[in-house]
Amino acid sequence: MKKTENMVWRFFASVRLALFSLLILATTSIIGTLIPQKNPPEFYVEAFGQRTAQLFQMLDVPNMYNSWWFISLLLLFSVNLIVCTIDRLPNVWKMVVMNNLDTDPERLEKMPHRQEFYARGDAAALAEIATGLLAKNGWKAEGETKPTGSLLFSQKLAWSRLGVYAVHLSILIIFAGAIIGSLLGFKAGVMIPEGSATDTVYETGTEKPIPLGFTVQCNDFKVSFYADGTTPKEFRSNLSVLENGKTIIDKRSIIVNDPLDYKGITFYQSSYEPMQGFNVVITNKATKVSQSFQIPFGQKISWPEGGIDFGVINQEVRSRMGDVNRLKVWFSDGQGDPSIFWMANNATQTISSPAATYEFEASQVYATGLQVAKDPGVWTVYAGCALMLIGLYVAFFLSHRRVWVYIVREEAADRCRILVCGASSKNKIAFEKEFAALVECFTHDSTLQNA
Amino acid sequence: MNSSQLLGITTLAYLLSAMLYIAIFVFRAKKLGLIATVITACAFLINTAGIALRWQESYQAGIGYAPLSNMYESLVFFAWAIAIFYLGLEWKYKNRILGAFSMPFACLSMAYASLSPQFGKEIKPLIPALQSNWLIAHVITCFVGYAAFAVASGMGIMYLIKDRKANEAPGSLLASLPELKVIDDIIHKTLVFGFLWLTAGIITGAVWANSAWGTYWSWDPKETWSLITWFVYAATLHARFTRGWGGRRIAWLAVLGFLSVIFTYYGVNFLLSGLHSYGGGS
Ligand code: HEM
Repeated sequence: MKKTENMVWRFFASVRLALFSLLILATTSIIGTLIPQKNPPEFYVEAFGQRTAQLFQMLDVPNMYNSWWFISLLLLFSVNLIVCTIDRLPNVWKMVVMNNLDTDPERLEKMPHRQEFYARGDAAALAEIATGLLAKNGWKAEGETKPTGSLLFSQKLAWSRLGVYAVHLSILIIFAGAIIGSLLGFKAGVMIPEGSATDTVYETGTEKPIPLGFTVQCNDFKVSFYADGTTPKEFRSNLSVLENGKTIIDKRSIIVNDPLDYKGITFYQSSYEPMQGFNVVITNKATKVSQSFQIPFGQKISWPEGGIDFGVINQEVRSRMGDVNRLKVWFSDGQGDPSIFWMANNATQTISSPAATYEFEASQVYATGLQVAKDPGVWTVYAGCALMLIGLYVAFFLSHRRVWVYIVREEAADRCRILVCGASSKNKIAFEKEFAALVECFTHDSTLQNA
Repeated sequence: MNSSQLLGITTLAYLLSAMLYIAIFVFRAKKLGLIATVITACAFLINTAGIALRWQESYQAGIGYAPLSNMYESLVFFAWAIAIFYLGLEWKYKNRILGAFSMPFACLSMAYASLSPQFGKEIKPLIPALQSNWLIAHVITCFVGYAAFAVASGMGIMYLIKDRKANEAPGSLLASLPELKVIDDIIHKTLVFGFLWLTAGIITGAVWANSAWGTYWSWDPKETWSLITWFVYAATLHARFTRGWGGRRIAWLAVLGFLSVIFTYYGVNFLLSGLHSYGGGS
């Protein structure tokens, strides 16, 4: 029993398995980039034939990144990471906190970097000089008197050994964030015509209605274009949020890359749809009386208080989507001939009749397309990402460096042997230089060279 | 003088630089060393000026964006990043033969950007989703990483060439290459550097996607391929520091990793479709 347990443990703790799962994840991930994802079943039958399509459905290929086997691979990867960490971290932790003054003198003799000196004098005095030399090189030393002599020790960045584990932990944190998001969050979308409001959005893919618990109103939507007339420059919606009849957020503008957030639900500007209708504002310039309307295309509208009849009788459409470029207006206040004119969308036209002058403002009605997301895991994911970057930096560029100076009195020769030695957790070449500089300093000190 | 002309000159300057370094290697023309470095530094400065000018031109055109937003501009920046990375490497290792295996990448990238009819060079307005500082951070971090990986693959090729005929007589062509141990060390350091930047690139991309669409990860082909590339390099680094791989195997992996980078960058845009297809030529 013990033995199999051990074997299972060793299997999950092995880096070989990590290499394997990294490469398997890499190769299987390719599938989903070659075979289009999340299309309806008919698509696969048409593209790959009945047989293959069936096989695909069986293996969840059309939605492979959420399939049982891909998730299992990720799980294997995580278990590997966790077991590997539990297996190794205790030893690394010991390295970080251990008392290096307890290091066995035998081991000092075998350090990768060493240099010895001989000097007259007693160990304690020499230790003091050595401490000074260490400090001069940026090594703050602690010392201990041993039965055999004096041992000095200094280290830099011991905690950097934990960098690797920060990276590994960060991967698990990111997974945790993703799980939180997929369990407690949703992705949805909604179209809201200008002047309308909604308290429900529709889940992406399934179109399942999701109640928001509050109401979002689109007051206004504007699309602007670059000089070329076809490339959209900005989509801008003006939204309000209402809850229990109270306005919570009043007239906030959102654009792509600048969403609105309320109660953890975020509204992203994503698209728009032109509608068959216009927002019209008519102002009598003399009386300053003004009225706004939302009117359908091709219908005569009456405004009895103003004594006016009007309508949009023709339109010039710019794009396949139905963006109106110009509209043709019929307008009459009952005095003289009606005015019939073309005007640009989103503009104001002045109309003069024998009786009065009017301002006629018209813009096509749009529906704003919002993506709606709730993802309570996103900050966990971001925290994981930050930790990963910090951890990678530490793991790659910082190293744990240690130096010892061991001074042993050799009574027979009436001198002391001074062993300067050191080791670094990585980046040996850089440490070699650092160590050489220290040795150089010892070499130039005359009191350490007098035997 | 407009930015296209400056970047055209850049292409020629990188070509000259690459040829000089290759000449230094092949003909052992050590005397050309200083000239090669000066030409490369000048090419880099002209490249920088070209990018800066293009930036300014986009403001003059009433659009105003950092010139890092389409395939052409990213190739120009790629060349720029390779050049500065290589100059740093040359300075650190004091070895100009490395240039024969690095600068051709900068030259190819610029030449491809300038000569391919595939992508328009005109400054085009940015659709709303691309108007984000995260996008700028994303492109810069990714391409610094890619540049390091390009150089690492060059070093990998150098290693494989040298290793095949390791026991050639002293004074021969291959003897002038750095020692295998040194090349191996350069490959490792370069991969590590690239990996850090690629990681940052994937993360900034995710943050951008989240601010634009509300999903930091959607498994679109570009994202997925960048993750595949990341897995390949992660596996390479682990093979090295936990299983002690080195030499030929890591050299091959450096080349393989870069092929994955090229596919992420180029293949996905032209062979697959997805969110990032704006990067295509149309
Ligand atoms: C893609 C995911 C992974 C990333 C990004 C990653 C990253 C790293 C990094 C940066 C290091 C430090 C390298 C150095 O010391 O220079 C490292 C070391 C290591 N990794 Fe991973 N790792 C990943 C997955 C795994 C997995 C799944 C395992 C499971 C066994 C694992 C096991 C190890 C081990 C044992 C070390 C050496 C630790 C030591 O030096 O004591 N890694 N990893």
